[in-house]
Amino acid sequence: MSSSADDAVVQLTGVARTYEGFPPVEALKPCDLTIERGDFLTVVGPSGSGKSTLLNLIGLLDRPTSGSYVLDGVDVGPLDERQRTAIRGHRIGFVFQTFQLLPHRPALENVMMATLYRASARGDRLASAREALHGVGLAHRIGALPSRMSGGERQRVAIARALAGNPSLLLCDEPTGNLDSATAESVLDLFSQLNAHGITIVLITHDGEVAARGNRTVDIRDGRLTELSRRDGRAS
Amino acid sequence: MAAFVAVLGITTTANSQIDSRFDALSSTQVIVEQQTDDPFLDAADFPDDAEARITGLAGVRAAGLHWALGANTRVSAQPPPAGGRDAVGTISVMAVSPGFWSATGVSVKAGRTFDAALADDRVAVVGEGIADQLGMADVGGQPAVFIDDVPFTVIGVLRSADRVPDSLLSVSIPANVAARYWGRPDPPARMIIATDVGAARTVADQTPVALSAADPDHFKATTAVEARALRDSVSSDLGVLFLVLAIICLVIGAVGIANTTLVAVLERVSEIGLRRSLGALPRHIGAQFLMESTALGAIGGLVGTSVGTWCIVGVSLAKSWTATLTPWTVVAAPFIGAGLGLLAGLYPSLRASRIEPIEAFRR
Ligand SMILES: Nc1ncnc2c1ncn2[C@@H]1O[C@H](COP(=O)(O)OP(=O)(O)O)[C@@H](O)[C@H]1O
Ligand SMILES: [Mg+2]
Repeated sequence: MSSSADDAVVQLTGVARTYEGFPPVEALKPCDLTIERGDFLTVVGPSGSGKSTLLNLIGLLDRPTSGSYVLDGVDVGPLDERQRTAIRGHRIGFVFQTFQLLPHRPALENVMMATLYRASARGDRLASAREALHGVGLAHRIGALPSRMSGGERQRVAIARALAGNPSLLLCDEPTGNLDSATAESVLDLFSQLNAHGITIVLITHDGEVAARGNRTVDIRDGRLTELSRRDGRAS
Repeated sequence: MAAFVAVLGITTTANSQIDSRFDALSSTQVIVEQQTDDPFLDAADFPDDAEARITGLAGVRAAGLHWALGANTRVSAQPPPAGGRDAVGTISVMAVSPGFWSATGVSVKAGRTFDAALADDRVAVVGEGIADQLGMADVGGQPAVFIDDVPFTVIGVLRSADRVPDSLLSVSIPANVAARYWGRPDPPARMIIATDVGAARTVADQTPVALSAADPDHFKATTAVEARALRDSVSSDLGVLFLVLAIICLVIGAVGIANTTLVAVLERVSEIGLRRSLGALPRHIGAQFLMESTALGAIGGLVGTSVGTWCIVGVSLAKSWTATLTPWTVVAAPFIGAGLGLLAGLYPSLRASRIEPIEAFRR
């Protein structure tokens, strides 16, 4: 499999994150990680091992204490907060364990929030939101309120929101953590389906079965990252 | 905001109420005094035909002179030998010309006042309280009152005298008679003129000349306009007080909005984190909360205006006042509310804009 920089969405080199404090917490020890376009990377590890820390760094929500991060060929280390915010908004889609939907706004409006902070026309934003909801199988629930939806439907709305901005990378922190197993299964099916359409996904879980959905799995233990397996050559 | 509008509205209502009361009494009244500090014209006084001269002016309804007799004047209900000295000083004596009664619009409880026909007779009109004090409930029996041992026939008892409350506590006798027995007025006489509505100013201008063409400066005529200056100062004090009250209400309102917005910010940390993760810059977040607090203030202003207006109407009905509300207050209230909301939202918005996107994951 090739690991040419052109194909890499994410390239972490010696990236580490230490939280200040007494004593300081070495949440992520220096690690190297390359995520290729089309990868479905699952991250496993016990609670408090540093999974979210890694995701925050990849998602430009946090800055590493050391090391370099190249996203889509751009070294994001030296960029200021404004530029990083713009890249985050355009290149990265987030899916949260707790969905993070506005409960009293219809699904469509929630999805349209993804493009709210862009200079795109309302018509285009509407079209992309409809398309994304259609993509997650919720075309018929466009006007429904999240407060009236099931957990699975809510997470689908959240996924649609993450996709509506047409990102290079989908970051999911325990997306099935709040769902029952049957619903979780169908949401994971959706992720596999999206990945088959070429969307790059990073998914955090502490469940080995869920981890097996990815084509690659990395394990974090006490902030140390090890690659466990690569199961197919689809991404190469 | 409701409090703000209500307080301002009640102030205006109260003010206009004060206005109308002052106006009812003052705008048809002129008072003429003598400039006693004029050393050369010490001897001048109202001419004998003063009343006739002034009544002849256009717009004058009635005019009358009055002065108080010296404090040593003795008043008694008993004839001289038995005349008690005990009443001295407690009852004052006023000399009034016949026109005085119609110029001051007194109301009579019993009997009558004296007119020009009785102007040279020893008659007296007493206030209600004085009548009781002198033991003359009824004037039908023509009771007498002795002033420095001179007998006067009491022909009337006054019930009220709004413009000259003094006369309720006095024994009033005809000016001509007073001048005959006790000499020139000291302190000097004053004249009260009742005019048609709106004529007071003109009458005041003409009066000094009418009384003394040779030396008009001797007489000083004042109208309600001067009284208005006093009224203005009273009601502006009142206005300042109410305005301070209104401002305190505003400050409380602003603190309320600031608090509400701050709580909203803290409750919506994860929403803020989400928006930041979707590409919102800190200033987008700040602007959002600033707009929300401004809208809150504007809505508060609108609701407050209507609630406040109803309060004013309610208070006015209860007090049977005429509700007065300057349109300015009503129109400006929503804008003041919005401005206040904007101001109150500054700090919470700043706080909101500083929340890091990473917060979204922590919940
Ligand atoms: N903001 C922070 N400040 C200090 N320590 C933190 C902070 N965030 C996480 N940590 C610590 O870093 C370690 C890794 O946390 P995290 O990445 O959230 O773990 P995981 O997501 O795998 O459960 C934990 O020990 C946690 O207590
Ligand atoms: Mg975590």
